[in-house]
Amino acid sequence: MAVDNYSSLTVDAIQQGLRSKAFSAVEIAQEAQRFCEAENPTYGAFLSFCAARALNAAEAVDKKLADGEDPGALAGVPIAIKDVILVEGEKNTCASKILENFVAPYTATAVQRIEQAGALVIGKANCDEFAMGSSNENSAYYPVKNPAAPDRVPGGSSGGSAAAVAAGMAPLALGSETGGSIRQPASFCGVVGVLPTYGRVSRYGLSAFASSLDHIGPFSRNVKDSARLLGVMAGKDPRDSTSAGAAVADYVAGLDGNVKGMKLGVPKEYFAAGLDPEVKTRVEEAIAALEKLGCEMVDISLPHTEYAVATYYLICTAEASANLARYDGVRYTMRSKNAETLSEMYRNTRHEGFGKEVTRRIILGTYVLSSGYYEAYYRKAQKVRRLIYQDFKNAFAKVDAIVTPVSPSPAFPLGAKTSDPLEMYLSDIYTITSCLAGNCGISVPCGATSEGLPVGLQILADHFAEDKMFRLADAYENR
Amino acid sequence: MLAPEVILADPETIAKYEVVIGLEVHVQLKTATKIFSPSSHEFGNDPNTQTDPVVLGLPGALPVLNRAAVEQGIRASLAINCKINRKSVFARKNYFYPDLPKGYQISQFDEPLAEHGWVDIELEDGTAKRIGVTRLHLEEDAGKNTHDGYRDSDQYSYVDLNRAGAPLAEIVSEPDMRSSDEAFAYLTAIKQLVQFSGASDCDMEKGQLRCDVNVSVRPKGQQEFGTRAEVKNVNSFRFAKAAIEYEIARQVAIVEDGGKIVQETRLFNNTTGETTSMRSKEEAHDYRYFPEPDLPPLIVDDKWLGEIRDSMPELPPAKRQRFIDEYGVSEYDARVLIASKETSDYFETAAKLSGDPKMVANWVQGELTGALNTAEKSVAESPISAEGLAELLKLLADGTLSSKLAKDVFGKMFASGKPAAEIIESEGLKQISDTGELEKIIDGIIAANPGQVETYRGGKTGILAFFVGQVMKATRGQANPKAVNELLVKKLAG
Repeated sequence: MAVDNYSSLTVDAIQQGLRSKAFSAVEIAQEAQRFCEAENPTYGAFLSFCAARALNAAEAVDKKLADGEDPGALAGVPIAIKDVILVEGEKNTCASKILENFVAPYTATAVQRIEQAGALVIGKANCDEFAMGSSNENSAYYPVKNPAAPDRVPGGSSGGSAAAVAAGMAPLALGSETGGSIRQPASFCGVVGVLPTYGRVSRYGLSAFASSLDHIGPFSRNVKDSARLLGVMAGKDPRDSTSAGAAVADYVAGLDGNVKGMKLGVPKEYFAAGLDPEVKTRVEEAIAALEKLGCEMVDISLPHTEYAVATYYLICTAEASANLARYDGVRYTMRSKNAETLSEMYRNTRHEGFGKEVTRRIILGTYVLSSGYYEAYYRKAQKVRRLIYQDFKNAFAKVDAIVTPVSPSPAFPLGAKTSDPLEMYLSDIYTITSCLAGNCGISVPCGATSEGLPVGLQILADHFAEDKMFRLADAYENR
Repeated sequence: MLAPEVILADPETIAKYEVVIGLEVHVQLKTATKIFSPSSHEFGNDPNTQTDPVVLGLPGALPVLNRAAVEQGIRASLAINCKINRKSVFARKNYFYPDLPKGYQISQFDEPLAEHGWVDIELEDGTAKRIGVTRLHLEEDAGKNTHDGYRDSDQYSYVDLNRAGAPLAEIVSEPDMRSSDEAFAYLTAIKQLVQFSGASDCDMEKGQLRCDVNVSVRPKGQQEFGTRAEVKNVNSFRFAKAAIEYEIARQVAIVEDGGKIVQETRLFNNTTGETTSMRSKEEAHDYRYFPEPDLPPLIVDDKWLGEIRDSMPELPPAKRQRFIDEYGVSEYDARVLIASKETSDYFETAAKLSGDPKMVANWVQGELTGALNTAEKSVAESPISAEGLAELLKLLADGTLSSKLAKDVFGKMFASGKPAAEIIESEGLKQISDTGELEKIIDGIIAANPGQVETYRGGKTGILAFFVGQVMKATRGQANPKAVNELLVKKLAG
């Protein structure tokens, strides 16, 4: 018995292998650890490993199988957890110096649910510090390299999660997204990444960046695995008042390949200047393929798109400035040794503990909320957010889904945009809108550029219409 | 450098000015758990034993609103005649302090739970006045910093988060009060109303009721308000009164001297009775309020509000009238008896059981209050329960005890906590009303004092008191005085 094709295993293959006794869950856990430890120095996808935890979980799965019990929908499936999502007893650094030694005293609801379904949490994935960034270069520890092109960034902020799946280190990963942090790295690394509807997955245990925009979502090698993972995590959580009670469909059962007659909107604002021509071509080819499957294309407009990036950076920084105030040196963070007074302790701890981008956003957000500026910035941004939401509602009244590129360019070289934050912010231009509107979206690989860099097709669907989104993405993937 | 000496105005100068007072009262709501998490907020436990991820402000922890806290907030709002907003919104109030784990306090800002209320106050001279209540909003309490008492207190401060997240209602008054007496009466009324509503015990020793005072002065007749100073850390009504009086004298002196009042926050020092500047307007925090994204707006629908309204306990004004109507006590007695929830409950229980409400009213205000004051105990801590007092008073009513004996027994009950019957039994204190027994004793006394009998029969009936005294002495005070008198008069008549 052996796991000889670890790096290409899917959830289905693992379930079959366990049932046919081709391998045991413990063997998967052992192989996961061996493989990841061998590969991690190359890609930097993980910040820490949870070998003992994975092994314990695997033993429990094997015992259930031996006893003839149902081991769960994700039995024996290794999964990487972005290091902003808490797993009890494991480190949770948020890729920041300020939480270098913080060990989580409780487990996030999403992780609780996937562990109950038999998944093996193998490690904590690298990311941009506090999920702020689009290239994973803001990790306080080390950058992540794109497995498809190691001189390129994997995207961010969930770069480690995307790279772990792309490099074969884990068939599944959890990421978090506030403006594009799942879909953009998924497209850069050539894997599937899902932004669930806001409220679909509990945020309890997700270190907050911008509460009204934060989501937890899956990464996988194929659409079906993401559908399965989301199905396990989704649903109301009494510990998150913003989680939704909307019914969760059986996403996997809905993957019947039948998309005939579905109306897909193509928003002109997402194919305008600034879009890389090769990315444009790949996405247009994908759209043509969907047409061949029987979908009907409709030209639509999302007229407030141009305000999305500005709106987003006002809201997310404002919320971040409050959410990150708890990292203050008093309780569980690092504490500066260079402090005599209380205000010095605050100032120096935060100065030494936070990186540049995080500091920039805290300062921006503090300014945005300041007395005298609140109306002009935060309140106005909320009004524009409402208009963007309405754009999508109007569109989804006419179409089943919207198809667009995920990011204007493919993965860029490491270091290319680090000195220009605005340029970096624009790489999320096509994903920020749906975070503001709160609807769901997926990034599905749709080929590569001439340099071999992956390109992603984005399929957006209405709030809580993940079933439609998955059906379309799966039909396209298996065309 | 010495602080500049504060000049205080004299009463004559003060009389030329009018004071304007507004109060912010924080009331800790009575709930089993905190406002946003499942930990208890019970007073007096070991530091940091009542925490959880939400209280500690751990990454990823999210607040979940406690329904019971909202209900208590609504009860308090209804008690002070506020209109409940069907939609209210929680907001983050941002500032750094070690007792505030998240770096922001979840409070309510521009859309509070309740608004537009009022309370009627009555001054000692009988004047009545209506004071407006601007709003009542819900918020979480902070923890507590301790700067001394630990071995390394010279280097560190300690933080206790047991209280952090306790549910508070902040009640903001209109600037309607014009004297420290009115402020005192307002605080008394708020405390009484909120206590009776069941929303809070308002135990000030446990910090369940705290207040901040806003004071300004203006020359009498002037329309616009003067610049106000806010005084914090006032933790008793007496201190509030003292702080206001100090502020009036301080501010009037400044204005008289041609100076300007600085808008600032001041701290009351309860040892010196003075207020000192804490921070000026320029140093004031910019709290950067914004709507709390972790909590949806709070919606109070008709059904819920109706249920709470229906379950509201009787409030002081209604209770006072009912005591007068139902128990026949005087207006004055009724007011004293409803001073606190405990006292009114005590009275009513005892009144019902004893069958003589007026006598209960007298005893509660007299003996009981006296004994409690001496022992520095509250009604709730009384060693004699309402049932116990009723039992005692029944024995007094049916003649088993004389009123003197009843008072003795009361004292013994208070000291020992034992029921009246047990004390009477063990000490043989029963009143002797049995005429046969008394006759025997009286016959003996008459026989033993022929001289005095002679005097009495000679017309000096005043000497009857001598015989009564002898009988009481012989019965150790247990003889029924009325029976003794009657028998003596009969027997001495010969």
